[in-house]
Amino acid sequence: MSMLKLNYDVIVLGGGPAGLAAAISAHKNGAKVLVIEREKKLGGILKQCVHDGFGLIYFGERLTGPEYAGKFIGEFLSLGIDYKINAFVTDAKKDDDGFEITVQSAEGMLCCSTKAVVIACGCRERTSRQVFIHGDRPAGIYTAGTAQYYVNILGQMPTKRCVILGSGDIGMIMARRLTLEGASVEGVYEIKDTPAGLARNVHQCLRDFDIPLHLSTTVTNVYGEKRVEAVEVCKVDKNMNPIPETARRIECDALILSVGLLPENEVAQMLGVHLDPATKGAVVDQTLMTNVPGVFSCGNALHVNDLVDYVSRSGEDAGKSAAEYCKNLSTTSKKIPVEYDKSKFLYVVPQHYSIDYDASMTIYFRARSEFKNQRVCVRSGNVELINKKFRNLTPSEMEVLTLKETNAVGDKITITMED
Amino acid sequence: MADRLKKVQKALIKKDFTGIECTEVRNCIRLEGEMDNWTDIVKAGRAAAKFGYKGVLNDISLKGFTEPAIRAPKISDHSLEGTTPDVMIIGGGVIGCSIARELTRYQLNVLLVDKESDVAMQASSRNDGMIHPGIASHPGTLRGEMNVRGNEMYTQICDELSIPFERWSNLILYSEHFFGFASRFVFARRQRLLGVEGHRVNLKKLHEIEPNITDKAIGAFEFPSSGVLSPYKLTVAFAENAVENGAKVSLDTIVTGMDVEQGKITAVHTNRGTVRPKAVINAAGTFCDKIAQMADDRFFTIHPRKGHLAILDKKQGPLVQRSMGLIGLSQAFSDTKGGGVMRTIDGNVLVGPDAFEQPYREDFSTKRENIDKMLDKHLPLIKGFSKADVITYFAGVRAATYEEEFIIEGSERVQNLIHAAGIQSPGLASAPAIAEEITKITIDRLSKVMDVHKNDKFNPRRRVTPVMAKLSLEEKQAAIEKNPDYGIVVCRCEGISRGEIIDAINSPIPATSIDAIKRRIRPGMGRCQGGFCMPLITGIICEQTGMKPSEVTKSGEGSQLLFEKDGVNVNA
Repeated sequence: MSMLKLNYDVIVLGGGPAGLAAAISAHKNGAKVLVIEREKKLGGILKQCVHDGFGLIYFGERLTGPEYAGKFIGEFLSLGIDYKINAFVTDAKKDDDGFEITVQSAEGMLCCSTKAVVIACGCRERTSRQVFIHGDRPAGIYTAGTAQYYVNILGQMPTKRCVILGSGDIGMIMARRLTLEGASVEGVYEIKDTPAGLARNVHQCLRDFDIPLHLSTTVTNVYGEKRVEAVEVCKVDKNMNPIPETARRIECDALILSVGLLPENEVAQMLGVHLDPATKGAVVDQTLMTNVPGVFSCGNALHVNDLVDYVSRSGEDAGKSAAEYCKNLSTTSKKIPVEYDKSKFLYVVPQHYSIDYDASMTIYFRARSEFKNQRVCVRSGNVELINKKFRNLTPSEMEVLTLKETNAVGDKITITMED
Repeated sequence: MADRLKKVQKALIKKDFTGIECTEVRNCIRLEGEMDNWTDIVKAGRAAAKFGYKGVLNDISLKGFTEPAIRAPKISDHSLEGTTPDVMIIGGGVIGCSIARELTRYQLNVLLVDKESDVAMQASSRNDGMIHPGIASHPGTLRGEMNVRGNEMYTQICDELSIPFERWSNLILYSEHFFGFASRFVFARRQRLLGVEGHRVNLKKLHEIEPNITDKAIGAFEFPSSGVLSPYKLTVAFAENAVENGAKVSLDTIVTGMDVEQGKITAVHTNRGTVRPKAVINAAGTFCDKIAQMADDRFFTIHPRKGHLAILDKKQGPLVQRSMGLIGLSQAFSDTKGGGVMRTIDGNVLVGPDAFEQPYREDFSTKRENIDKMLDKHLPLIKGFSKADVITYFAGVRAATYEEEFIIEGSERVQNLIHAAGIQSPGLASAPAIAEEITKITIDRLSKVMDVHKNDKFNPRRRVTPVMAKLSLEEKQAAIEKNPDYGIVVCRCEGISRGEIIDAINSPIPATSIDAIKRRIRPGMGRCQGGFCMPLITGIICEQTGMKPSEVTKSGEGSQLLFEKDGVNVNA
């Protein structure tokens, strides 16, 4: 057995919702596609999301995570697209003809040449250390996703009585899930003064189960030599600094963290892709192409989405763009920046507009804080491209604007928020 | 004699430490009384150490403080009952393990015990992995001598044990011209007396060799023999090679007492039975004074000195080439150097350590104030470092004596007891030299009661298994062809395969907890800190050992990850 060498038009890194959608769409647009998935099954994080609420936008019905993934996997398999599971990218580099991706799997080392790469690696969770929790380091500190894997995939109980830090969606969903599995969830603690996740999860996961949500409160210390015995929670002031007088100790056997997600872009960085500090994902144009011609980004690797439906949609767009790119291999287009007011917007994707490409453009954004009754306006020069009113804007919910015809005239596109 | 005692009393009163009773016990000075501040207790001990006694027995109690019981394993059996090893080593840190390996060069029955569930559980896994050049110690001290000698030995030892080791050099940075001028003479003298290579680096050269240093530093001294390695990998490797050469390691084994008859230890009691060794080596880290006391040979006191370290993401590794710290005049020649930044052997950046006195021997919790202070102090040294790069942090406790000196000697009172005690920084750098010294003393003492022969079968080379991330493409291919498990990557941050995890579980010192595997091959040390791989590794441990998921621990008994549940689905 010697090293395998294969040639593709498009290699999609990641077999989750973004990657599957990208692969299907690239295939339908005529490309020869390979999907590389590091886990042993396709479907990404959806495999462990047994709750429902997926697919309302994309399929117009409420599905569980595995059901939602199942639809894509079914279509993907029926199209006969190549894929490798338990396959891990160890190296990625640009060469004269495109890219060379080196993959490690039980079959051996695989070298793939490809014209285009779609980054669909998803995201990872922030850890207790990244939010600067102190004290002991016993067993029983889990990210919500890890706890979810133990409960939903392995059928194991990581806690009997826990405190949840962070009101991200997975945190709230795990509060409900653990309660249903017989654990007691003492409370969900959020350092900010508003919930970090979707409003529907606050209702369906916390209120409906009488799980208290404590805002402007954080966990400051962990106690326990071997296993978590207690945590200390503390109210925080406006600058999010703990107020020591408010410290209180809560006996529990686990601390579950839902303190944010970070796009995974290690392979993207190997290829020289520039990242946006606001999204921690790639800087892209409206075709979802990064600064490296031929490298595209989508899904949660591009920016953390609130709904999987948008993940699939951006995957589709990236897959199509990658297939188109293979046909033309055009590498230069004039790019103009998409600018926004950083005091009002947390981020805006895409960060550029390439004027020679597809005139339609989907804009994803999140507000920096809560805003009521705002008009979000996209302009190019003096031309107003779209103007949409939003009753509520909140950082926890991502918003989408779709422009059919962009017709950019100026040297930049600006997005504003106005009363 | 009485004069000296009076001098100590006077010195203490001069420092305003009243109500302390001083007595002379077997050429040691003993302090008793009660104080309400730990720092003062340490200062009193330090003051008493300056009068030429063999050691300080600091029995001043801290008001309102009861020392917590030693963390002890729950298990109790008879697996060691009636055993009669030639040498029993107490403590499985880098000192105990390096001694164990060194002793297997002789035909000796060696038993190493440690109360924890793995080797390298305390200071040996809670330090920065720096192999100091030796320049920080005073000439004429054991710390200086052992450090320089140990440093030299590491090139060969790491080759034999297959431990990655690099001499990436060390920079002592300064920000005051006067310091640069004055320390030239101090370092020149130390270099000469200790035998350490070094030179001054001017600002222009400094920016050439370390382009990311900010203008906080105006010059530096460089010591090229300074090295870096993984301290826990090294400790495990010493232990594994010792086991391969016939030593026995008994973990979860705590020494609870000793029988001493006519100046000789006749029995060592443990939770796993009574052992009757011919010789006992005390390498018990922060508890070595307690072990000495069990043998009625207490002549020193450990005052636990805690330190924190923070780890930055690998992405920042390329910003620094050498280990370096900025030193002010006040701390320049003191016992602690105030830490700095360094690139680890695995490519991360370490920041720290700090150092502060506190009464707990096993408190490894971290404190926000300390970490923040440390980061605020050191991060500005390098352009591009920020707090957002921190992926984790930890704390460790140094086993310092009041004499601030290593104790490497055969007991004066107990014929078959040898001390490797008070081994604080630079203990890691000194370990191989200490092991040689302790072995020499041990062989010497054993020779009085038995014939000791060289072990001709001793193999200094540790058996190694593939480290996939370090192999070339062809080597990877070959490894996977032999065993497809090497192809399946379990830890995505560090690129560690299923095969490597299985190797660790089945290694000479079996790694059957999450942390034990992490210390050997790094899964969980990357940016996700185990979020993705921990459940997968739980599954592999179950599959390889037959444990139930609810039995798998983070780091030994009591740290179970999961709770028992009916109707489990292990192999989903």
